[in-house]
Amino acid sequence: MDSPRNPPPTGRPPQGVLPFVLSGTMLVIYLGFILLVAYDKPLLGQTVVPGLSWGILLGALVIVSAWLLTFVYVSVSNRRGGMK
Amino acid sequence: MIWVVSGRPPSRFFFVFIALSLGITYWAAGRTRSAGDFYAAGHSVSGWQNGFALAGDFMSAASFLGIAGLVAKSGFDGLLYSTGFLVGWPLVLFLIAGSLRAVGKYTFADVVAYRLRQKPVRIAAAVGTIAVVLFYLIAQMVGAGKLIQLLFGLPYEWAIGIVGLVMMIYVLFGGMIATTWVQIIKAGLLLGGATLMVVLVLSKFGFNPLALFAKAAELNNHVAIPGIGPAAKSAVNVLGPTDHKPLDDLSLGLSLMIGTAGLPHILMRFYTVPDAAQARQSAFYATGLIAFFYLLTFILGFGAMVLVGQKNIAAVDPAFNMAAPMLAGVIGGEPMLGFIAAVAFATILAVVAGLTLSGASALSHDLWVNVFNEGDVPEAEQLLVARYATLAFGALAVLLGIVFKTTNVAYMVGLAFAVAASANFPALFLSIFWRRLTTAGAVASMWTGVVSAVGLIVISPAVWVDVFKYKDAIFPLKSPGLVTIPLSFVVAVVVSLLGHEPSAETKYEEVRARVADGAAVES
Repeated sequence: MDSPRNPPPTGRPPQGVLPFVLSGTMLVIYLGFILLVAYDKPLLGQTVVPGLSWGILLGALVIVSAWLLTFVYVSVSNRRGGMK
Repeated sequence: MIWVVSGRPPSRFFFVFIALSLGITYWAAGRTRSAGDFYAAGHSVSGWQNGFALAGDFMSAASFLGIAGLVAKSGFDGLLYSTGFLVGWPLVLFLIAGSLRAVGKYTFADVVAYRLRQKPVRIAAAVGTIAVVLFYLIAQMVGAGKLIQLLFGLPYEWAIGIVGLVMMIYVLFGGMIATTWVQIIKAGLLLGGATLMVVLVLSKFGFNPLALFAKAAELNNHVAIPGIGPAAKSAVNVLGPTDHKPLDDLSLGLSLMIGTAGLPHILMRFYTVPDAAQARQSAFYATGLIAFFYLLTFILGFGAMVLVGQKNIAAVDPAFNMAAPMLAGVIGGEPMLGFIAAVAFATILAVVAGLTLSGASALSHDLWVNVFNEGDVPEAEQLLVARYATLAFGALAVLLGIVFKTTNVAYMVGLAFAVAASANFPALFLSIFWRRLTTAGAVASMWTGVVSAVGLIVISPAVWVDVFKYKDAIFPLKSPGLVTIPLSFVVAVVVSLLGHEPSAETKYEEVRARVADGAAVES
């Protein structure tokens, strides 16, 4: 990877491939969830334990995963000095 | 029950907020001297503050009133909006926030136009901005009108007029500085109020959310509710998705995710911070705050379903927009109702102010200054034109709010996202990351996005059948995103590859260097 302080203007994104890897992860997680909503509705309606359906559990996990991904991005950027 | 008109406490909280926000506006007015102050708060907002302001802009009436209402009405289906609205934020942080601040000055068109030819790009971007802002404004104005009408018994048109007037005072005199601080305070109030409500709701279920969900499922197993949808739903459907068309789910989901990164009033906020690092930081804080808020909507929605009851909510507003304020009344009595109603009103007021500022900036900064006068306009005249544009937009907002009185609030915001995702995002994304993008490609993509998204909305079931009363819709999907977002990308790529624009490729290196360097454009 380039030195964080002075990356040459090579046309690469600011933190190498990281923004694209993380964006791709988010897309896969969310589209996976939406595909389940679209094509396997009965599964999401089933309960894991009483009161908690797969739909609600996975929906909440999508939200938590979105936040975790931003946390990863910020931690990595900080370590590379890209963000103060 | 207590959510009827005439309550005193609602008016008390309401007036306290108005007085406070006008005080801020007075303070901000003294500091709004240049166009940079007016559009971007002098680029002096900190990452934390902007995180709150971004969250405030995003947690609109559609999120708070709309999602709580949708969940109270149909359970899990409403939660699709909660997840969809949030997952766009990581994309904004990873791909857009830093680059936007490093390359542009006031609007997202600054970034797209940076290495392309100014005029055609700015005209297309301004049209995209105005289309999104208008859809979004209609939703907020209608929400505000309904809320005030319900709480204070004022006629709908009066309520709309009051919102328009107060909001215009913020923007005209205090510009982005006042709008930002009103937004920060409102975000704090909304998060605090929603958290308090969730604690009170959960206290009735032994602080176990699952007990609440189980109770919601059980209720819907036994009680048939006439008049609100296709009879009573089974427990499975309350906690899981209802049977609608798979492609509708996909299209809505895609629009919500991509649309966030194309909302002009959100993108504009990244210019209020000093540099790209602060811009990324503010996107990170905003994501955390919004994620927390949307998790709360799970509890608020099911709480309203169980504690207020679907029949009671439907009796007050068939569109279920009043579920959250009514829940506040049930769990905390009249003071809580007053507080939450005032918070909901503040939410709308602040979001409408942000939208108006964004629309005004497209008219004045993009069109007047950079298209008609080629960037050569004295500071004082820029400010004057921006204020005239604000007046025009405010008047338009009031008018549209009255014309579209009967519109479904959450759905309208969904359409705003679809237009933002199709018209603005592809050109913005490609201008940052694709060397070969040409002026013709970007412009064709933006026009295709606006025209196809708005056009398909008109011939979709929601307008063609529900409004025009034709028997069958020409376009089968309720949301156009699944077709229009890929279309807009394809048009940008194909048209760009057909031509060559050496200057755009040379300047692309400049864009990359700026982004890598992370410094801000001089203001």
